[in-house]
Amino acid sequence: MSLLEVKGLGINFGGLRAVNRFDLTIEPGEIVGLIGPNGAGKTTVFNMISGYFPPTDGTIIFKGRSIVGLKPYQVARLGIARTFQNIRLFRDNSVLDNVRVAFHPRAGYGLIDAFLRTPRFRAREAEINERAFELLETLNIADKANTAVKNLPYGDQRRVEIARALAVGPELLLLDEPAAGMNPAEVQQLVELIRFIKQKFNLTVLLIEHQMGLVMNICERLVVMDFGEIIARGLPHEVRQNPKVLEAYLGKGAVA
Amino acid sequence: MLQKVNKMLLMVIGAIVLYVLLKIMITIGVINPYWQRVLFYSLIVIVGALGLGIIYGFTGQFSLGHAAFVGLGAYSAGYFSKTFGQYGVLSFIGALLVGMVFAGLMGFLIGVPVLRLKSDYLGIATLGFGFIVKVALDNADKLIPDLGGARGMMGTPQLASLEWLFFIALIVIILTRNFIFSTYGRACTSVREDETAADMVGVNTFKTKLMAFIFGCTLAGLGGGLYAHTYPYICPGDFYFLQSFDYLIVVVLGGLGSMTGTVVTAIGWAFLLEGLRFVLGPQFVDFRGVIYALILIITILVRRQGIFGGKEFGFLVPQVRRGKPDVALRG
Repeated sequence: MSLLEVKGLGINFGGLRAVNRFDLTIEPGEIVGLIGPNGAGKTTVFNMISGYFPPTDGTIIFKGRSIVGLKPYQVARLGIARTFQNIRLFRDNSVLDNVRVAFHPRAGYGLIDAFLRTPRFRAREAEINERAFELLETLNIADKANTAVKNLPYGDQRRVEIARALAVGPELLLLDEPAAGMNPAEVQQLVELIRFIKQKFNLTVLLIEHQMGLVMNICERLVVMDFGEIIARGLPHEVRQNPKVLEAYLGKGAVA
Repeated sequence: MLQKVNKMLLMVIGAIVLYVLLKIMITIGVINPYWQRVLFYSLIVIVGALGLGIIYGFTGQFSLGHAAFVGLGAYSAGYFSKTFGQYGVLSFIGALLVGMVFAGLMGFLIGVPVLRLKSDYLGIATLGFGFIVKVALDNADKLIPDLGGARGMMGTPQLASLEWLFFIALIVIILTRNFIFSTYGRACTSVREDETAADMVGVNTFKTKLMAFIFGCTLAGLGGGLYAHTYPYICPGDFYFLQSFDYLIVVVLGGLGSMTGTVVTAIGWAFLLEGLRFVLGPQFVDFRGVIYALILIITILVRRQGIFGGKEFGFLVPQVRRGKPDVALRG
C-alpha cells in the first residue's frame, strides 16, 4: 500500500487557482523532491497535506485513510510532520521545550497527574525527557538544550526544527526548503543528516528545495511544478533534461 | 534526586518560616491592622493575578475582563456563605469551591466563542464581557435581593484569616508551577509563541487555550471568593474594568511568562498602592494613578520583558530528569 496518495488536488484563493490537478503517490521509504520556480504552489501543496488549507477539490489518502478535512493537529497525530520554509519555532522557549511539546499528544498523563506530580507523571516526564534528549543528541544540539531558541544561530534553529518534527513521531516528513540560506558545505551536511534520520527513524520524505545540488543528490524521484500544475516527473537526471523544466526555470528560448 | 527533594523541602520550609514571621509580627503589633489588610489584599491579588498570568503570560490570550471573573467568584461565594454561613469552616470551603466552579464555568461559556479570536479582538470581547458582568451585578438585586445590586452586598462572614489566605496562595503557587512545568504548560507556551506551528506538531490549540482560560478564570473565582470573605462590603465597582487593568499591570510588570514576576509584583503592587497613600498625603492621593501609570510606561520603554522577563526563581523550576525510554512514545 502506498503511504500517501494525492489525487486531483486543487485549491482556489478567491479567483486564483493556486494548485490544479495535483497527483502524487509516495511509497514507504522513498525520498521525493518537489521542485519548481517561486510561486509554483509547492508550499501550498504542503499546507494542504498538513491540513492547514482545506483543498477545494481532490483527495489525500494517508495510510489508507482520507485526511482531507482533518485539522493540522490531527494530521500530525496520524504521523505527518513538517518543517517550514521560514523557520517557525517557539522562539522564547528553550530548545528542549520546543522538542518536548511535540510529545504532548502522547504524554500519557492527565491534568490531575500534572497538578499532583504523581508517580505516573514523573515516569512519563522522564521518558519524554529521555526521548527529547536522544533527538537533540542525534542532531548535535543537546549541549544547547536550555538555550532559548531565539538566541541560536540559524543553522542550529534548522536543526531544532527537524528535531521537533521528528519528535512528532512521523512516518512521513515534509521538509520545506531545508537548505534555504545554507552554504555548499552546510548543504552537504544536511544531505548526510537527512539520509541518516531517514534510515534511523524509518521515514518517508517529501521535500521542497531550490538547491539543485541537494535535490539531485538525495531525491530518488522528482515532481516539478509550475503555475500550480505538475509539468514533469521522473528520475532526477531525466527531469534535468526535460525541456519544459528548463523553460520553467530559465525562460523560453533558453532551450536551444 | 537528592537535590530535588531539597528544593521542594526548602520551598515549603521557607514558606512556613515566612508564615510564622508574619504571624508573630501581627501578634506583637509590628504589622498593624491596616497593613495587615494590605497584606491580605496582596495575597488575594497573587491568586487572581496568577490566573491572568496563565491566560495571558503563558498562553498569550489577551484578556481584559479578568476582574469580572473575580467578581463572579466573589458574589457567588459570598452569596453561598451568606446563605449557608452557619456551618463555619465547612461553608467557607464550600463557598470558595462555588466561587471557583462558577467563575470557571463562565470562563468555559465565554471562552468557547471568544477564544477563536486573536489578540486585540479577544481583548475587546473580554472587555465587553466585563461590562456585561458589571451591569448584571448592578441589577442583580432585581432577581436575588440579597446580592444588593448597585448598593453592594454585605453580610458575608469574614472568615478569611492570615492562615487561609497565606496557605491558599501557597497552594495556588505550587499547583500553578506544577501545571506550567508539565506537558500542558508546554502546550500553552507553544500556543503563545506560534499557534500555527503548535497546531502542526499535534497540539490541539483551541482545547489548550480553553483549558488555560478556564484554569485562569477558576483562580480568579478563588481570588474573588477570598475577597468576599475578607471585606465586609463588596460592590460591583470592585470588579470593573479598571480592576482588570490592575491585574494586567501586575502580570505585564512582572514579566509575561514568569510566575515569580507575577507573585513578586502582586505583593509590590498592593504595598505600593497603599504606601503611596502615606507618601502623597490625603491631598494628592489621587496622583497614585499617575505614578503607577508612569511606572508601567517606563517599564515598557526600558524593560519590555517586565521585571523578571520570563525568568523564575530557581527553587520553582523542577529539575529535568531523564529516564528509560518506552516504546509507547515511538510512532
